[in-house]
Amino acid sequence: MAAIKKILCFCGSGLGTSFLMEMNAKKALNSLGVTGVEVDHTTIDDIVPGAADLFICGADLLPNAEKAGKAIGLNNMVSLDEMTEKLKAALE
Amino acid sequence: MRTVLNIIQQILSTPAIFVGLIAMLGLLLQKKDLQSIIKGTIKTILGFIVLNAGAAVVQDAIIPFGDLFQLAFGVHGVVPNNEAITSLGLNELAVETSAIFALGMCANIVMARFSKWKYIFLTGHHALYMSCLVAIILSIAGLDGWQLMVGGALLLGFVMAMFPALMQPTIREVTGDDSLALGHFGSSCYWLSGQIGKLCSKKGKGRTTEDVNFPKGLSFLRDNTISIAIVMFFCYIVVAGVANFQHAGKAAAIFGDSNWILYSIINAITFSAGIYIVLAGVRMLIAEIVPAFKGISEKLVPNAKPALDCPILFPYAPNAVLIGFLTSFIGGIIGLAILALMGSAGLGAAIILPGAVVHFFCGATAGVCGNARGGLRGCVLGALVHGIAVTFLAAALLPVLGSLGFANTTFSDADFTIVGIVFGNLSKFITGNGLFAVIAILFVLPIIYNYTIGKRNRAAADNQ
Repeated sequence: MAAIKKILCFCGSGLGTSFLMEMNAKKALNSLGVTGVEVDHTTIDDIVPGAADLFICGADLLPNAEKAGKAIGLNNMVSLDEMTEKLKAALE
Repeated sequence: MRTVLNIIQQILSTPAIFVGLIAMLGLLLQKKDLQSIIKGTIKTILGFIVLNAGAAVVQDAIIPFGDLFQLAFGVHGVVPNNEAITSLGLNELAVETSAIFALGMCANIVMARFSKWKYIFLTGHHALYMSCLVAIILSIAGLDGWQLMVGGALLLGFVMAMFPALMQPTIREVTGDDSLALGHFGSSCYWLSGQIGKLCSKKGKGRTTEDVNFPKGLSFLRDNTISIAIVMFFCYIVVAGVANFQHAGKAAAIFGDSNWILYSIINAITFSAGIYIVLAGVRMLIAEIVPAFKGISEKLVPNAKPALDCPILFPYAPNAVLIGFLTSFIGGIIGLAILALMGSAGLGAAIILPGAVVHFFCGATAGVCGNARGGLRGCVLGALVHGIAVTFLAAALLPVLGSLGFANTTFSDADFTIVGIVFGNLSKFITGNGLFAVIAILFVLPIIYNYTIGKRNRAAADNQ
């Protein structure tokens, strides 16, 4: 499949939670040694097919994300371990 | 010399530049490279300007709503929405709000470092809205200049640590551990919902919300702009309809050439569009400031807990989120009905309409907290009480907001309204220097406690 170049984290209003996931995702990518991937955060309104190669959100919003493409749903949105593990699986 | 000072003063009193400088300072403190500093500074200024543009769109949609409401029912109709009222407040008190926002984060770090409330409030947009509320309330109370900024910052720092501390026992129940805290200014009502849940669980906890088979089809309502547009449409169509059939002439002047139904649809969606723009502006505005705050606080208070936005709780109980939203919304409608009865009985209260966002996020969180302590019953009752409570709190806030109390929107979440009500009414008795002293004392109390009584208690506990 195509390489993942852009990751979008999102939540209801795109202010707090998604921002936190973005900071965590960047940390996780660093620790996985992945470079050249753009990570940003936004609101659920902007989640459309093609907006990114991978979407990250809370597990409760996963059904909304899967309509738009490849997506990860986090059970614990602040857990760096869960983020790293799921990102690793998605990037492989 | 004079002109140089003049220019500096002008720069500092231009809000967009002022927040840009705050972001730049944050970026410099993190020792970012030149490219990031330029990009981050411009993006922050851009965010402020986008926010202002959104405010204009919101106002265009909400002012005719207020006029139609007055025409139809003869009372003042208010749609509570934090984004909308903050964008209006920023028109008058932008520099004060930005200064309180920046200094308040420093005060939060001081509080977390020296008191037992080891919480760093990372929900940047809520801190910004609270800065705006505090700026409004304290400026009405007669504070200005450095007193307004420092006093406001101390108050902000105090609530940024206090509310997460209040919520922590309930959050432990929700998440099952102690690693994260909630930083969201609806906390007083989430706490209340948790307590109601506790009462409900006396007869045994019963089913939790997650045992119930709840229709998933409603999850499209999680889309903020959609739910705002739908709720606003229903509000608009009722108000425009009544105005149209009872006062056709005056109403037609507001509708212009449009048909009243079409007018309602367009204005409801325009309101939602305005909120969307304001949110985009806020997102850009805080995008550089929050990571700086996080980085600096992690260095200075390494053992503090990050207090985070409420949707982090949503995956713990997705059904409670939807049930909480719906019952809180019903609570909002009950509150509206009671206010309308009070109004017709001559008690003259303004009518608070159910705002989509507050019932959505705060109602859902109240539902999750009620569920964690009292199962399904706790969720339903807790969120219902939340919905009624925020409606009455918003109504009680209006008289102390000064000229902004006559706007057609107001603060919605419980902690904003409670802080506003407490300090707004307090300022009727104590103003100026006295009020500043009260806030300063309030801020140092938890710190003094930690180094005196708290220390003694800990020593006693160690001896045993």
